[in-house]
This record gives sequence, C-alpha cells and structure tokens, in this order.
Amino acid sequence: MPLLSVENLHAGYESGGRLLRAVDGVSFAVEPGETVGLVGESGCGKSSLAKVIMRLVSPASGRVVFDGMDVGGLEGAPLKAYRRQAQIVFQDPFASLNPRQSIADILTAPLAVHGLVPRGERLKAAGHALERVGLPREAPTRYPHEFSGGQRQRLGIARALILSPRLVICDEPVSALDLSIQAQILNLLARLKAELGLSYLFISHDLSVVRYFADRVLVMYLGRIVETGSWQSIFARPLHPYTRALIEAVPTPGRRRHAAPLSGDLPSARNVPTGCRFHPRCPLATPLCTQSDPALRPLGAGRAVACHHAPEEALH
Amino acid sequence: MAPLIDVRDLSIAFPRATPVRGLSLTVEAGETVALVGESGSGKSLTALALMRLLPDAARIASGEILFRGRDGTVTDLARLDDRALRRVRGRDIAMVFQEPMTSLNPVLSVGQQVAEVVRLHEGLSRRAAFARAVELLDLVRIPEPRRRVGDYPHELSGGMRQRVMIAIAVACAPRLLIADEPTTALDVTIQAQVLDLLDALRRDLSMGLLLITHDLGVVAEWADRVAVMYAGRKVEDAPFETLFGAPLHPYTRGLLAASPRLDAGQHYSAGALAEIEGSIASAAGEEGCAFAPRCPNARALCRAAVPALDAVAPGHLVACPVTTVAAQREARHALAFG
Repeated sequence: MPLLSVENLHAGYESGGRLLRAVDGVSFAVEPGETVGLVGESGCGKSSLAKVIMRLVSPASGRVVFDGMDVGGLEGAPLKAYRRQAQIVFQDPFASLNPRQSIADILTAPLAVHGLVPRGERLKAAGHALERVGLPREAPTRYPHEFSGGQRQRLGIARALILSPRLVICDEPVSALDLSIQAQILNLLARLKAELGLSYLFISHDLSVVRYFADRVLVMYLGRIVETGSWQSIFARPLHPYTRALIEAVPTPGRRRHAAPLSGDLPSARNVPTGCRFHPRCPLATPLCTQSDPALRPLGAGRAVACHHAPEEALH
Repeated sequence: MAPLIDVRDLSIAFPRATPVRGLSLTVEAGETVALVGESGSGKSLTALALMRLLPDAARIASGEILFRGRDGTVTDLARLDDRALRRVRGRDIAMVFQEPMTSLNPVLSVGQQVAEVVRLHEGLSRRAAFARAVELLDLVRIPEPRRRVGDYPHELSGGMRQRVMIAIAVACAPRLLIADEPTTALDVTIQAQVLDLLDALRRDLSMGLLLITHDLGVVAEWADRVAVMYAGRKVEDAPFETLFGAPLHPYTRGLLAASPRLDAGQHYSAGALAEIEGSIASAAGEEGCAFAPRCPNARALCRAAVPALDAVAPGHLVACPVTTVAAQREARHALAFG
C-alpha cells in the first residue's frame, strides 16, 4: 500500500473574483521509502500541491489518502495526528525560522504541541535532533541569525524530523543555498532517509537536482501532471514535449550556445489554454491538441504521459 | 590592442571590512567572461564598482578600472568624477540586474523607461525616443512591441520584465554589458531564452559581456573565459574548456564535483555527492589562503601567506601554491620523459 496516495485532486484560490485552479486533477502515489521528485516551473502548482497534502489548504475535490486514511476532511485531533506524520521543509531557511525564538524553542515547540516527550526531556531531544543534522549539541541557546544559510536549512530539517514523521515534503530545500552547501544538504537528506526510513516528496525547479535525488519523477505543468516515470526513464527518454524542453533548457557543460527549446511565456493559471494546456508552446501541436485535453495515459513500466502525440507504449 | 576593460588590483573597502582584494580582470570586445562565486565572494560588489555604483559606505580602496572608449582612449573609471561618469554609465557600460521587478520603476510604462535612456544619452525628441523604444522592445524579442510599449512592469511576466531591462541596457549600444545573475530569478525555459538573447546581442553589437553567476552550467555553455572568486579574491582564471576540462584550484574542483549534473551518471542511491566542508564564513580572519580552512590539500604554507596567482599555462591562472608546484612538476616530468 502506498504511504501517500493523491487521487484526482483539485484545489484553487479565489483571485479577482475568479477561481484560479492551482491543482487541477492530480493523481500520484508515494511508496514507503520512496523519493518522488516533482518538477515544474513557477505557477505550475507544485507548492500549492504541497500545501494541500499538508492540509494547510483544503482540497476542493479529490482525495489525499495517507496510510489508508483520507485526510482531506480531517479536523481537530485526527488532523493533528496526521500532521505529526507528514512534515515539510521549506525553501527559505531565513523566512521559515522565527528570529525571536531560540533554537531550543524552535525544536521543542512541536514536541510540546503534540505532547510527545515529557517536558524535562525535551531539551535532550532537541540536542539529539541537532546532532542528527550535523549541528553542535550546544546550539539550543542560540538564535537563527547566528547560523549560516546551510546551517539554518539543517535547523529546518531538524524541526521537521523531531516529530519522527514518515513523509517529509521538501519544497525547494536547496534552491536558496550556495552550490558548495547544496551538496551538503542533499547528502544529509539522503542519509536521514536511509537511517530513518523516510519517504520524500521532493519539489524542485532544478532538473539536475531532481535527476540526482529522485527515484520517480512527476512533471507538472499548469496544475496537471503531464508525465511520470522512473528517474532513469524520464531523463533517458522523455516522452512529453514539455519534459523534453525542460531537460533541453538546462545549460550543460559540453554544449555551446544552443537555441532555447521553447519560445513564448508560461501561461497563467488564471487563463488556462483550451485543449492540451501546453499546446500554445508545443512544437508538436496539431488541431486536435487545441480542442482535446489529453489524459495522463499509462504506458506500462511505471510511465504515464498526457500527450496526444506520445508513443502508445513505453520503450524500455 | 588594449582590452575593453582592464581591472587592475582592485580592492573595495567598507569601514570594517575589505570584501574585494587585489582583483584583476579583463574583458575583450565581443568576449563573454563569467565571474563565478558564491554569496560573499565579492562578485556583485565588483560589478557595482565597475559601474561606480558602490553603496555609500563602500569605496574603491585601491586599483584601476581602465576602460577603452569608442575613440580608443583609455580612461580610469575608478578616478572619474560624477559628471564624466554620467556620460559613460548607461551609454558605454550598462548593467542588467537579477531582479527586474525591483530595478524597474512601477509607476512608469516600460516604453517611458526605455525612452528615457535614449533621450538622456542621445538627445532624441520625445516622439523619436518613443519610436526608438518600440524598436528596442522588438530587438529584445518582445512580441507585439507596439502594444507592449504602454504596459507597466506589473503587467509583464518575469521574463518579459528582464527583456525590458536588457532593452534599457543596450539602448545606446554599450561596449560592455554587465549582467549580474540575469537569469537566476527566471524559470528554466525562460532562462534559456534570455541567455540566447544576451548572446545574440553580444554578437550583433560586438559588446563585451561580463556575466556574473553562480550557475556553472550557464558558465560552461555561454562563457569564453571564467574567473572564479572566493572570499573577495580571484582564485582561478581560465578559458572555459580548461576550467571544465582541467580545473586546478581545489575550490573550483570542489564546486564542479559538488554539482549534480544532468549528463552525469550520479544518483543518490549509488553514492553521496562530493562535499566542500564548512562554509565561506571560515574565511574571516584567515591570514593565508581564504579557502585553506575548507581545503582538503591545505598545508602549513597555505596558512602563512595569501597565495599569488601563477600562470600554469597561457591564459590559465591559479592561486594555489600546492597545485601549481604539482602541475609544474608534472609538466617538467612530461618534458623530460615524454
């Protein structure tokens, strides 16, 4: 049974009197111990999806099933119990830590809220959590501003893990960090996953990072998943023209001054194109694509693609 | 002929710190030079110094910024007064910043902002400047420029705003364009478009392009030459093929090894990424090589004095005595024994 299963999920916001469909019919699963990478550009709905899964936003329709239980409508104590098991690490370690709280406050607050560890032992638990992420045990008396960006992201990870969750959503966890620090944090996340048997939903706009860190990849465009498959298959043989363009757009050593693979801007989720939502930018678009919205079609071997022009079967 | 810009031994000082020390850098006409480094390396301050736009608290403590003008005369920008600077800035040297939303004026239409530059520097009439603004928006590949010219910055996407910034920067066909993280705030498909555009403009206008970035992929694909900075100093300078094919400074090597790459076989399940231990904060107060506290090869000599930049090959400079000595020994060995 998957740890997390998202089924035909819709969620949105009112914006200027109109509904903005940020998540528009998304289905996928995260198996225990798996890292699912979610890639897409700004406005594709990847962070909104994270918020719905965390139940920071309620779904409009569809289901979020965690360990067999639909968490979409939970309130009160059951919702609290769910949140203990699903935690999130945010992109910006400067904005997501309260500057007026000491490290001890930041790390013991979740324990107090969930009444998990007796009061007298919480500091010890905080020290343990710090050690686990490679920070000095004596850090609890200090404040966030005393730490560098990389250390703050370690704090964010320590806070997420102090409740011993099973699922951790990592929302662009290394995007704000310098390159030399990025590798440290990715290695830390990989080690913690192995040690604690975690499952990750790993959200990133950086394809190189997702290729390195994900077991399976979801590609999102304007509220929809347009392609999914193992990291090997997605990067070796992308089937959706958008996935191909994303991969081709990444500047890569060994290649010189190649032309941009896509012209045109990202459309807004306020103004979703008819038919296939990628058709205005798609090099393969035909009249069919302007009229008919392609479903995410399974191709076997864990591949699925939402494109009228994709092959009928996944080639292995 | 002298390079377009020849920065010699530049130091930038604040009252209590000297974040850029002894930096030398050249850019030729038509050349793309990448200045690479992480936060705190001093790369953005260097760019601001070249434009003479340093914050009030900072000053150019020493060094020269020799700029070759259109008529071939060489001026030291570091010593230019405000009046003379205003004639150079925006006309001969222009800059594109990372965040177009904060660099554009929200209450003026993009057409007004582009027209302002050509009115100021080329003395065009209001009507002629407006027509020129439309041409410039077209030059930076903004679709329907005649319609877009009246738009305000908030009505444009991030990618379109950055194109407007570029239109303003190239309005007077500058000789040198400095682009400070021009695509960092943009999505990957838009990033490719903007880099493509900057490169086409460099070629068509024969500009020198100084590209400041932390993204090694961008450097590998678009730069001719690369200068790597660490904690205020240049540690390596090489043609792009050399920097990616045979990097020598331990910091450069560490950065390349630490970056996940699309074309490499690495996956977390098969092994960890190479790490550079610690952080750039460890450079503070270091008497010798600023990278020594994080360096796997550090010796006593590294902590004793700041290493000089040595030429290990034509056009390849490295500030690491440990590496240079080893490279020279290998070269001698190759010469002696084939």
